[in-house]
Amino acid sequence: MKTTFHLALATTMLTSTTAMAQSLDLEIEDLTFGFIKLTDMAPLAIAYENGYFEDEGLYVTLEAQANWKVLLDGVISGELDGAHMLAGQPLAATIGYGTEAHIITPFSMDLNGNGITVSNEIWEEMKPNVPLMEDGRPQHPISAEALAPVVEDYKDQGLPFNMGMVFPVSTHNYEIRYWLAAGGLEPGYYSPQDISGQIGADVLLSVTPPPQMPATMEAGTIYGYAVGEPWNQQAVFKGIGVPVITDYDMWKNNPEKVFGITDEFAAENPNTTLAITKALIRAAQWLDENDNANRPEAVEILSRSEYVGADYDVIANSMTGFFEFEKGDRREAPDFNVFFRYNATYPFYSDAIWYLTQMRRWGQIPEQMSDEWYFETAEKVYRPDIYLEAARMLVDEGLANEADFPWDSDGFKEPTPAADIIDGVPYDGRQPNAYIDSLPIGLKGEQIVVGNEIQG
Amino acid sequence: MTAIDPETLDAEARRARLFTRINKADAWFQVLGLAWLTPILKAAAGDNPKTQMGEIWRLLGVPLLAISLFLIAWGTLAPKVQTSLGAVPGPLEVWEQVGALHEDAQREAEKETAFYERQEARNAEHIANGEPDKVRDRAYTGKPTYYNQIWTSILTVFFGFLLASVVAIPLGIMAGLSATANAALNPLIQIFKPVSPLAWLPIVTMIVSATYANDGFFAKSFLVSAITVTLCSLWPTLINTALGVASIDKDLVNVSKVLKMNTYTKITKLVLPSALPLIFTGLRLSLGVGWMVLIAAEMLAQNPGLGKFVWDEFQNGSSQSLARIMVAVLTIGIIGFILDRIMYALQSLFTFTNNR
Repeated sequence: MKTTFHLALATTMLTSTTAMAQSLDLEIEDLTFGFIKLTDMAPLAIAYENGYFEDEGLYVTLEAQANWKVLLDGVISGELDGAHMLAGQPLAATIGYGTEAHIITPFSMDLNGNGITVSNEIWEEMKPNVPLMEDGRPQHPISAEALAPVVEDYKDQGLPFNMGMVFPVSTHNYEIRYWLAAGGLEPGYYSPQDISGQIGADVLLSVTPPPQMPATMEAGTIYGYAVGEPWNQQAVFKGIGVPVITDYDMWKNNPEKVFGITDEFAAENPNTTLAITKALIRAAQWLDENDNANRPEAVEILSRSEYVGADYDVIANSMTGFFEFEKGDRREAPDFNVFFRYNATYPFYSDAIWYLTQMRRWGQIPEQMSDEWYFETAEKVYRPDIYLEAARMLVDEGLANEADFPWDSDGFKEPTPAADIIDGVPYDGRQPNAYIDSLPIGLKGEQIVVGNEIQG
Repeated sequence: MTAIDPETLDAEARRARLFTRINKADAWFQVLGLAWLTPILKAAAGDNPKTQMGEIWRLLGVPLLAISLFLIAWGTLAPKVQTSLGAVPGPLEVWEQVGALHEDAQREAEKETAFYERQEARNAEHIANGEPDKVRDRAYTGKPTYYNQIWTSILTVFFGFLLASVVAIPLGIMAGLSATANAALNPLIQIFKPVSPLAWLPIVTMIVSATYANDGFFAKSFLVSAITVTLCSLWPTLINTALGVASIDKDLVNVSKVLKMNTYTKITKLVLPSALPLIFTGLRLSLGVGWMVLIAAEMLAQNPGLGKFVWDEFQNGSSQSLARIMVAVLTIGIIGFILDRIMYALQSLFTFTNNR
């Protein structure tokens, strides 16, 4: 009796899927999406490989891009219909920092997933400053305070201390800056005249595309970097560096990549946008289903050369609940990369606002802005309305659970408590200016950068 | 009784005919890079085995020996260089990747078949539901296989090369015929000839993006690669054509004057035939340059083709990446060689040099 019931349910679900999938009147069906070779592009690969795009009647081509700049330009010029993006990219483009274009996101791709790695030599110099656990392994999270004496040493010798991040408005730029500043190091400021981001810097940060990070560090151009997976684990496997901290240890469940499309595309193709969002939500669900039970399969897909292409073992480390610091020092990290649980895919305004506060903190937004401005900008770019409409359809089709979505959210997450952030400064997206002023290093209030100095 | 047996005479004649044929074929073997076939055929036909063995050794044995020595040196030296991606792959590992790439292509072909089957099923369903306007036939959206990448590169290089020839040959003829035109073109040629493809690429990308709509007949990325090839492979043809045209026998030029030929007849009947050998030399150089440029352009711009394959593998950084890149290097080399042979064969077909 029970089996019959299940069977009947399964059949209705199946038929309703195909029926519903055709109910959306798609404006365009052939789409090209760009991505960077990083494990957090997984929702795109899964939506393609598991046929979620096709279920929606979408025919998608996925194309790896050389770097974040090429990818952004591709989306703006229309060569790409959408892309796996750094959360800062749609925000920066919309407020006109760098290339100007109105880009929106109806779907947030993941939480966490990054790390900061230093070369073996730097690690050897840092290690004496790191407290040990009883078993002799270093105690995590490691603060940048352990790095400060090393940087001081380089400074005394008149040597620049170079580190890499992936793009001026990348999560990684803000994360490595956050970490350095939390340890008392100045990561440098941007000004409208000087966009190197190295004004007054103790540590000189420069841009390197993610997959080239290990090679660039091996060549000695940079001493460390902040990047997404698998490029931290790659350094461990290659024996050229040691990840010192993951972003999960800096801020538990911090927002990561988003799926970006132009506002124009969303306006002209509303149904297609919904269909894309539906497929991506299903992919994210699949990635986190049954306590990450599908992750090994996902790792196999990602290790194919058309996606991330790194070795299975390298990708598996962070994707299946472990993170390896030094070789052999493998620690559990079940939430290292979250794709669906904790409402990971919902585009929260408070996430957008955090990125904007960091842009202001380091001078990419040169002047003080009102709290209202932060809210309005976030609403322009982050589109939970589209997300919820797509989620509603999935629930109606029996492909998602009602309980998995924050239907009544006003777009603001609960404030992050001080204990979840490495420097103990709590974050509340409802008070951007108060938050900016509470951060130890960085521009505050009406301060501006003039020449090499902070004024005000 | 005759001094010579008629049968021997007959055999002699047949042998002579055979040798003429072999010698004639030799010209083609030379063109195709199969020169070593001639002495083998001659020996088989009964020519002095000792001389022929010497020839075979020189034309076939020595090259084969050199290749084996190279493979042995590669195989023994490569594992000694440790990179962060493991040891540098030797010939065996590279050969394994050739197999792996082929299997990849086959897997992709299976996925493609499944894709079309799903599409057909969907279309059948639409028809059954009485909605024939929903029937769609679309191309497979999967990743390009290694063979697709090779094919894309070859198409691109030929398109760029044709474009370059169409521009370069008329300009070259102009420069060769008129000293004034030559004086005008020369400084431009001198300045643009040494420019690297990597400098042209951003300019071409910006211009194509700005002027070409995405839904046109060609993909933007294809046009960008092809035009970059054109800009770099223009010069050898242009220079050689001008040189060929300028160095026509003065007597011939005088004859054309006596016959009061018009410009068109002069060019088609006189200039082109005598300049053809040098034009072809230019074309051959151009195609070679174009092929080299193309790979660089594809790598930098991430345009589909072998260059993108190399760059993607470099970015993958997996333990097979180096071996796969080497497969691509060998492929690029072999295709470059074949392209050169094709041009050489065309040149031999169209020109009347002393070689033939």
